[in-house]
Amino acid sequence: MSGESERGVLRPEEQERRRRSRSIAIALALAAMAVLFFITTIVRLGGNVADRTF
Amino acid sequence: MTAEALGSTASVGDYLQLLKPRVMSLVVFTAFVGLTLAPGSVHPWVAAVAILCILIGAGAAGALNMWYDADIDALMARTALRPVPRGRVKPGEALAFGLFLAGTSVFMLGTLVNWTAAALLAFTIFFYVAIYTIWLKRLTVQNIVIGGAAGAFPPMIGWTAVTGSLDLASLTLVLVLFVWTPPHFWALSLYRTGDYARAGVPMLPVVAGTEETRRQILIYSVVMLPVSMLPALAGVAGWLYAAAALVLSAVFLGLAYIVRRDHEGRSANRAAKRLFTYSLFYLFGLFLVLLIERALGIGPFPPLTNLLS
Repeated sequence: MSGESERGVLRPEEQERRRRSRSIAIALALAAMAVLFFITTIVRLGGNVADRTF
Repeated sequence: MTAEALGSTASVGDYLQLLKPRVMSLVVFTAFVGLTLAPGSVHPWVAAVAILCILIGAGAAGALNMWYDADIDALMARTALRPVPRGRVKPGEALAFGLFLAGTSVFMLGTLVNWTAAALLAFTIFFYVAIYTIWLKRLTVQNIVIGGAAGAFPPMIGWTAVTGSLDLASLTLVLVLFVWTPPHFWALSLYRTGDYARAGVPMLPVVAGTEETRRQILIYSVVMLPVSMLPALAGVAGWLYAAAALVLSAVFLGLAYIVRRDHEGRSANRAAKRLFTYSLFYLFGLFLVLLIERALGIGPFPPLTNLLS
Protein backbone atom coordinates (compact mmCIF):
# COMPACT_ATOMS: atom_id res chain seq x y z
CA MET A 1 0.00 0.00 0.00
CA SER A 2 1.29 3.43 -0.86
CA GLY A 3 0.67 4.75 2.67
CA GLU A 4 2.84 2.06 4.21
CA SER A 5 6.15 3.74 3.37
CA GLU A 6 4.90 6.93 5.05
CA ARG A 7 4.38 5.10 8.31
CA GLY A 8 8.04 4.54 9.04
CA VAL A 9 9.79 6.61 11.70
CA LEU A 10 11.01 9.90 10.29
CA ARG A 11 14.61 10.97 10.45
CA PRO A 12 15.23 13.50 13.26
CA GLU A 13 16.13 16.28 10.84
CA GLU A 14 12.88 15.71 8.94
CA GLN A 15 10.92 15.85 12.19
CA GLU A 16 12.74 19.04 13.09
CA ARG A 17 11.93 20.55 9.69
CA ARG A 18 8.24 19.71 10.06
CA ARG A 19 8.08 21.11 13.58
CA ARG A 20 9.61 24.32 12.30
CA SER A 21 7.10 24.67 9.45
CA ARG A 22 4.25 23.94 11.87
CA SER A 23 5.52 26.66 14.19
CA ILE A 24 5.74 29.14 11.33
CA ALA A 25 2.21 28.28 10.21
CA ILE A 26 0.89 28.87 13.74
CA ALA A 27 2.72 32.18 14.00
CA LEU A 28 1.32 33.36 10.67
CA ALA A 29 -2.20 32.29 11.64
CA LEU A 30 -1.99 34.16 14.95
CA ALA A 31 -0.65 37.29 13.25
CA ALA A 32 -3.41 37.11 10.64
CA MET A 33 -5.98 36.79 13.41
CA ALA A 34 -4.68 39.86 15.21
CA VAL A 35 -4.77 41.90 11.98
CA LEU A 36 -8.28 40.58 11.26
CA PHE A 37 -9.58 41.69 14.66
CA PHE A 38 -7.94 45.10 14.27
CA ILE A 39 -9.31 45.83 10.79
CA THR A 40 -12.78 44.53 11.66
CA THR A 41 -12.89 46.76 14.73
CA ILE A 42 -12.05 49.80 12.60
CA VAL A 43 -14.57 48.81 9.93
CA ARG A 44 -17.37 48.25 12.42
CA LEU A 45 -16.72 51.45 14.35
CA GLY A 46 -16.49 53.33 11.06
CA GLY A 47 -16.96 57.09 11.32
CA ASN A 48 -18.18 56.72 14.88
CA VAL A 49 -14.58 56.83 16.06
CA ALA A 50 -14.52 60.54 15.34
CA ASP A 51 -17.94 61.22 16.89
CA ARG A 52 -16.96 60.48 20.44
CA THR A 53 -17.61 63.26 22.88
CA PHE A 54 -15.37 63.56 25.87
CA MET B 1 10.37 4.81 23.25
CA THR B 2 10.63 5.75 19.59
CA ALA B 3 11.17 9.26 18.41
CA GLU B 4 7.72 9.12 16.87
CA ALA B 5 6.04 8.67 20.22
CA LEU B 6 7.70 11.77 21.59
CA GLY B 7 6.73 14.43 19.11
CA SER B 8 4.36 15.10 16.29
CA THR B 9 5.40 13.98 12.83
CA ALA B 10 2.65 15.84 11.00
CA SER B 11 3.41 18.38 8.31
CA VAL B 12 1.34 21.52 7.80
CA GLY B 13 -0.24 19.81 4.79
CA ASP B 14 -1.42 16.92 6.98
CA TYR B 15 -3.20 19.37 9.24
CA LEU B 16 -4.82 21.11 6.29
CA GLN B 17 -6.13 17.75 5.08
CA LEU B 18 -7.93 17.36 8.41
CA LEU B 19 -10.13 20.27 7.43
CA LYS B 20 -11.71 18.36 4.49
CA PRO B 21 -10.96 21.06 1.89
CA ARG B 22 -13.50 19.77 -0.63
CA VAL B 23 -16.37 19.84 1.84
CA MET B 24 -15.21 23.32 2.88
CA SER B 25 -15.52 24.59 -0.69
CA LEU B 26 -19.19 23.55 -0.86
CA VAL B 27 -19.85 25.07 2.57
CA VAL B 28 -18.25 28.37 1.61
CA PHE B 29 -20.14 28.54 -1.65
CA THR B 30 -23.58 27.89 -0.12
CA ALA B 31 -22.87 30.19 2.83
CA PHE B 32 -21.84 32.92 0.39
CA VAL B 33 -25.12 32.51 -1.52
CA GLY B 34 -27.10 32.77 1.72
CA LEU B 35 -25.16 35.87 2.67
CA THR B 36 -25.75 37.47 -0.74
CA LEU B 37 -29.51 36.76 -0.82
CA ALA B 38 -30.25 37.97 2.71
CA PRO B 39 -32.17 41.25 2.90
CA GLY B 40 -30.17 44.22 4.10
CA SER B 41 -26.51 44.83 3.63
CA VAL B 42 -23.31 44.29 5.47
CA HIS B 43 -19.86 45.80 4.93
CA PRO B 44 -17.94 43.63 2.41
CA TRP B 45 -15.12 43.17 4.92
CA VAL B 46 -17.51 41.92 7.59
CA ALA B 47 -19.09 39.61 4.98
CA ALA B 48 -15.65 38.20 4.18
CA VAL B 49 -14.93 37.70 7.90
CA ALA B 50 -18.25 35.86 8.29
CA ILE B 51 -17.39 33.54 5.40
CA LEU B 52 -13.93 32.92 6.89
CA CYS B 53 -15.44 32.01 10.26
CA ILE B 54 -17.91 29.60 8.65
CA LEU B 55 -14.99 28.12 6.67
CA ILE B 56 -12.98 27.53 9.84
CA GLY B 57 -16.03 26.12 11.61
CA ALA B 58 -16.58 23.66 8.77
CA GLY B 59 -12.91 22.67 8.93
CA ALA B 60 -13.21 22.14 12.68
CA ALA B 61 -16.16 19.81 12.15
CA GLY B 62 -14.12 17.92 9.56
CA ALA B 63 -11.15 17.52 11.91
CA LEU B 64 -13.35 16.31 14.76
CA ASN B 65 -15.05 13.86 12.39
CA MET B 66 -11.65 12.50 11.33
CA TRP B 67 -10.60 12.19 14.98
CA TYR B 68 -13.63 10.10 15.89
CA ASP B 69 -13.94 8.10 12.67
CA ALA B 70 -10.27 7.12 12.29
CA ASP B 71 -11.07 3.46 13.01
CA ILE B 72 -13.65 3.12 10.24
CA ASP B 73 -11.81 5.46 7.86
CA ALA B 74 -8.89 3.03 7.97
CA LEU B 75 -11.12 0.28 6.61
CA MET B 76 -12.46 2.15 3.58
CA ALA B 77 -10.49 2.67 0.38
CA ARG B 78 -11.92 6.19 -0.07
CA THR B 79 -10.77 7.36 3.37
CA ALA B 80 -7.82 5.09 4.30
CA LEU B 81 -5.28 7.73 3.30
CA ARG B 82 -6.69 10.42 5.60
CA PRO B 83 -4.02 11.77 7.98
CA VAL B 84 -5.17 9.98 11.15
CA PRO B 85 -5.68 6.42 9.80
CA ARG B 86 -2.44 6.84 7.88
CA GLY B 87 -0.62 7.63 11.13
CA ARG B 88 0.53 11.10 10.10
CA VAL B 89 -1.57 12.94 12.69
CA LYS B 90 -2.26 11.41 16.09
CA PRO B 91 -5.90 11.18 17.24
CA GLY B 92 -5.20 13.55 20.13
CA GLU B 93 -3.71 16.11 17.77
CA ALA B 94 -6.78 15.98 15.51
CA LEU B 95 -9.07 16.34 18.53
CA ALA B 96 -7.18 19.33 19.94
CA PHE B 97 -6.94 20.98 16.53
CA GLY B 98 -10.67 20.49 15.89
CA LEU B 99 -11.77 21.74 19.32
CA PHE B 100 -9.53 24.79 19.10
CA LEU B 101 -10.77 25.73 15.64
CA ALA B 102 -14.41 25.14 16.62
CA GLY B 103 -14.07 27.46 19.63
CA THR B 104 -12.14 30.06 17.67
CA SER B 105 -14.55 30.14 14.73
CA VAL B 106 -17.63 30.53 16.94
CA PHE B 107 -15.96 33.17 19.13
CA MET B 108 -14.76 35.13 16.10
CA LEU B 109 -18.13 35.01 14.34
CA GLY B 110 -19.82 36.15 17.55
CA THR B 111 -17.55 39.03 18.40
CA LEU B 112 -16.88 40.25 14.86
CA VAL B 113 -20.25 39.63 13.16
CA ASN B 114 -23.16 38.67 15.41
CA TRP B 115 -23.98 36.12 18.09
CA THR B 116 -27.09 34.69 16.41
CA ALA B 117 -24.98 33.51 13.49
CA ALA B 118 -22.33 32.29 15.95
CA ALA B 119 -24.91 30.26 17.88
CA LEU B 120 -26.08 28.73 14.61
CA LEU B 121 -22.49 27.83 13.67
CA ALA B 122 -21.90 26.28 17.10
CA PHE B 123 -25.09 24.28 16.79
CA THR B 124 -24.09 23.07 13.31
CA ILE B 125 -20.66 21.88 14.47
CA PHE B 126 -22.21 20.20 17.52
CA PHE B 127 -24.85 18.56 15.37
CA TYR B 128 -22.31 17.23 12.85
CA VAL B 129 -19.84 15.96 15.42
CA ALA B 130 -21.94 14.83 18.37
CA ILE B 131 -25.32 13.93 16.87
CA TYR B 132 -24.16 12.64 13.49
CA THR B 133 -20.57 11.38 13.78
CA ILE B 134 -20.51 10.10 17.35
CA TRP B 135 -24.12 9.08 17.92
CA LEU B 136 -26.11 8.22 14.81
CA LYS B 137 -23.68 7.43 11.97
CA ARG B 138 -22.95 3.92 13.28
CA LEU B 139 -26.42 3.39 14.72
CA THR B 140 -29.06 4.06 12.12
CA VAL B 141 -29.62 3.60 8.43
CA GLN B 142 -30.95 7.17 8.37
CA ASN B 143 -27.44 8.44 9.18
CA ILE B 144 -26.99 10.32 5.92
CA VAL B 145 -30.40 11.97 6.19
CA ILE B 146 -29.55 13.26 9.68
CA GLY B 147 -25.93 14.13 8.89
CA GLY B 148 -27.13 16.01 5.83
CA ALA B 149 -28.97 18.44 8.10
CA ALA B 150 -25.63 19.73 9.40
CA GLY B 151 -24.29 20.20 5.87
CA ALA B 152 -27.50 22.02 4.97
CA PHE B 153 -27.12 24.82 7.52
CA PRO B 154 -24.34 26.99 6.00
CA PRO B 155 -26.62 29.12 3.75
CA MET B 156 -28.69 29.94 6.84
CA ILE B 157 -25.56 30.88 8.79
CA GLY B 158 -24.49 33.17 5.93
CA TRP B 159 -27.97 34.70 5.82
CA THR B 160 -28.04 35.22 9.58
CA ALA B 161 -24.62 36.89 9.45
CA VAL B 162 -26.39 39.71 7.57
CA THR B 163 -29.79 39.84 9.27
CA GLY B 164 -28.88 38.81 12.80
CA SER B 165 -32.16 36.88 13.02
CA LEU B 166 -33.49 33.47 12.09
CA ASP B 167 -35.79 33.77 9.06
CA LEU B 168 -38.08 31.17 7.54
CA ALA B 169 -37.03 32.35 4.06
CA SER B 170 -33.45 31.17 4.63
CA LEU B 171 -34.80 27.81 5.75
CA THR B 172 -35.90 27.13 2.17
CA LEU B 173 -32.24 27.05 1.09
CA VAL B 174 -31.51 24.67 3.96
CA LEU B 175 -34.34 22.39 2.84
CA VAL B 176 -32.98 22.23 -0.71
CA LEU B 177 -29.62 21.00 0.62
CA PHE B 178 -31.29 18.70 3.13
CA VAL B 179 -33.35 16.85 0.53
CA TRP B 180 -30.43 16.79 -1.93
CA THR B 181 -27.92 15.13 0.42
CA PRO B 182 -29.43 11.61 0.79
CA PRO B 183 -29.79 10.79 -2.93
CA HIS B 184 -26.35 12.34 -3.51
CA PHE B 185 -24.65 10.04 -0.99
CA TRP B 186 -26.77 7.01 -1.72
CA ALA B 187 -25.79 7.24 -5.39
CA LEU B 188 -22.15 7.17 -4.22
CA SER B 189 -22.78 4.33 -1.78
CA LEU B 190 -24.39 2.20 -4.53
CA TYR B 191 -20.99 1.65 -6.09
CA ARG B 192 -19.05 1.75 -2.80
CA THR B 193 -21.16 -0.79 -0.93
CA GLY B 194 -18.17 -3.04 -0.17
CA ASP B 195 -16.37 -0.19 1.58
CA TYR B 196 -19.22 0.61 3.96
CA ALA B 197 -19.97 -3.05 4.67
CA ARG B 198 -16.33 -3.66 5.64
CA ALA B 199 -16.37 -0.68 7.99
CA GLY B 200 -19.70 -1.75 9.51
CA VAL B 201 -21.37 1.58 8.76
CA PRO B 202 -25.11 0.93 8.36
CA MET B 203 -25.47 2.65 5.01
CA LEU B 204 -28.77 2.01 3.26
CA PRO B 205 -27.42 -0.35 0.53
CA VAL B 206 -25.65 -2.45 3.18
CA VAL B 207 -28.65 -2.75 5.49
CA ALA B 208 -31.68 -2.60 3.20
CA GLY B 209 -30.10 -3.66 -0.08
CA THR B 210 -29.39 -1.82 -3.31
CA GLU B 211 -32.94 -2.19 -4.62
CA GLU B 212 -34.39 -0.33 -1.64
CA THR B 213 -31.65 2.28 -2.03
CA ARG B 214 -32.63 2.84 -5.65
CA ARG B 215 -36.26 3.22 -4.58
CA GLN B 216 -35.33 5.75 -1.88
CA ILE B 217 -33.18 7.73 -4.33
CA LEU B 218 -36.17 7.97 -6.66
CA ILE B 219 -38.49 9.06 -3.84
CA TYR B 220 -36.11 11.81 -2.77
CA SER B 221 -35.70 12.92 -6.38
CA VAL B 222 -39.46 13.31 -6.69
CA VAL B 223 -39.50 15.34 -3.47
CA MET B 224 -36.64 17.51 -4.85
CA LEU B 225 -38.95 18.89 -7.51
CA PRO B 226 -41.32 20.83 -5.19
CA VAL B 227 -38.64 21.52 -2.56
CA SER B 228 -36.33 23.15 -5.11
CA MET B 229 -39.24 25.52 -5.88
CA LEU B 230 -39.57 26.68 -2.26
CA PRO B 231 -37.00 29.54 -2.53
CA ALA B 232 -39.14 31.01 -5.33
CA LEU B 233 -42.25 30.80 -3.14
CA ALA B 234 -40.57 32.29 -0.05
CA GLY B 235 -39.45 35.50 -1.70
CA VAL B 236 -35.83 34.39 -2.06
CA ALA B 237 -35.71 33.63 -5.80
CA GLY B 238 -37.32 34.79 -9.04
CA TRP B 239 -38.37 33.43 -12.44
CA LEU B 240 -34.90 32.52 -13.69
CA TYR B 241 -34.28 30.34 -10.65
CA ALA B 242 -37.75 28.79 -10.89
CA ALA B 243 -37.16 27.87 -14.54
CA ALA B 244 -33.64 26.54 -13.86
CA ALA B 245 -34.78 24.56 -10.82
CA LEU B 246 -37.59 22.98 -12.81
CA VAL B 247 -35.24 21.83 -15.61
CA LEU B 248 -32.39 20.77 -13.29
CA SER B 249 -34.73 18.84 -10.99
CA ALA B 250 -36.44 17.15 -13.92
CA VAL B 251 -33.07 15.91 -15.20
CA PHE B 252 -32.23 14.76 -11.65
CA LEU B 253 -35.45 12.80 -11.58
CA GLY B 254 -34.72 11.32 -15.01
CA LEU B 255 -31.26 10.12 -13.95
CA ALA B 256 -32.70 8.72 -10.71
CA TYR B 257 -35.24 6.84 -12.78
CA ILE B 258 -32.43 5.32 -14.87
CA VAL B 259 -30.64 4.30 -11.65
CA ARG B 260 -33.82 2.52 -10.58
CA ARG B 261 -34.30 0.90 -14.03
CA ASP B 262 -30.72 -0.27 -14.74
CA HIS B 263 -30.15 -2.19 -11.56
CA GLU B 264 -27.85 -4.91 -12.84
CA GLY B 265 -24.38 -5.24 -14.29
CA ARG B 266 -22.11 -2.54 -15.53
CA SER B 267 -24.84 -0.15 -16.63
CA ALA B 268 -26.09 -0.07 -13.01
CA ASN B 269 -22.75 1.25 -11.75
CA ARG B 270 -22.55 3.68 -14.63
CA ALA B 271 -26.02 5.03 -13.89
CA ALA B 272 -25.19 5.52 -10.19
CA LYS B 273 -21.91 7.27 -11.00
CA ARG B 274 -23.67 9.53 -13.48
CA LEU B 275 -26.32 10.50 -10.93
CA PHE B 276 -23.62 11.19 -8.32
CA THR B 277 -21.66 13.45 -10.69
CA TYR B 278 -24.81 15.18 -11.86
CA SER B 279 -25.99 15.76 -8.29
CA LEU B 280 -22.89 17.88 -7.65
CA PHE B 281 -23.50 19.85 -10.84
CA TYR B 282 -27.18 20.16 -9.87
CA LEU B 283 -26.54 21.73 -6.50
CA PHE B 284 -23.84 24.02 -7.81
CA GLY B 285 -26.16 25.04 -10.66
CA LEU B 286 -29.12 25.85 -8.41
CA PHE B 287 -27.12 28.06 -6.08
CA LEU B 288 -25.22 29.66 -8.94
CA VAL B 289 -28.48 30.69 -10.60
CA LEU B 290 -29.46 32.44 -7.36
CA LEU B 291 -26.26 34.49 -7.61
CA ILE B 292 -26.81 35.16 -11.31
CA GLU B 293 -30.31 36.48 -10.58
CA ARG B 294 -28.85 38.99 -8.15
CA ALA B 295 -26.09 39.95 -10.57
CA LEU B 296 -28.62 40.55 -13.37
CA GLY B 297 -30.99 42.41 -11.07
CA ILE B 298 -33.76 39.83 -11.38
CA GLY B 299 -35.82 40.32 -8.25
CA PRO B 300 -37.45 37.51 -6.29
CA PHE B 301 -41.14 36.73 -6.55
CA PRO B 302 -43.19 38.29 -3.74
CA PRO B 303 -43.29 35.78 -0.89
CA LEU B 304 -46.31 33.52 -0.66
CA THR B 305 -47.06 34.87 2.81
CA ASN B 306 -48.02 38.20 1.18
CA LEU B 307 -51.04 36.50 -0.33
CA LEU B 308 -52.22 35.44 3.07
CA SER B 309 -52.19 38.88 4.61
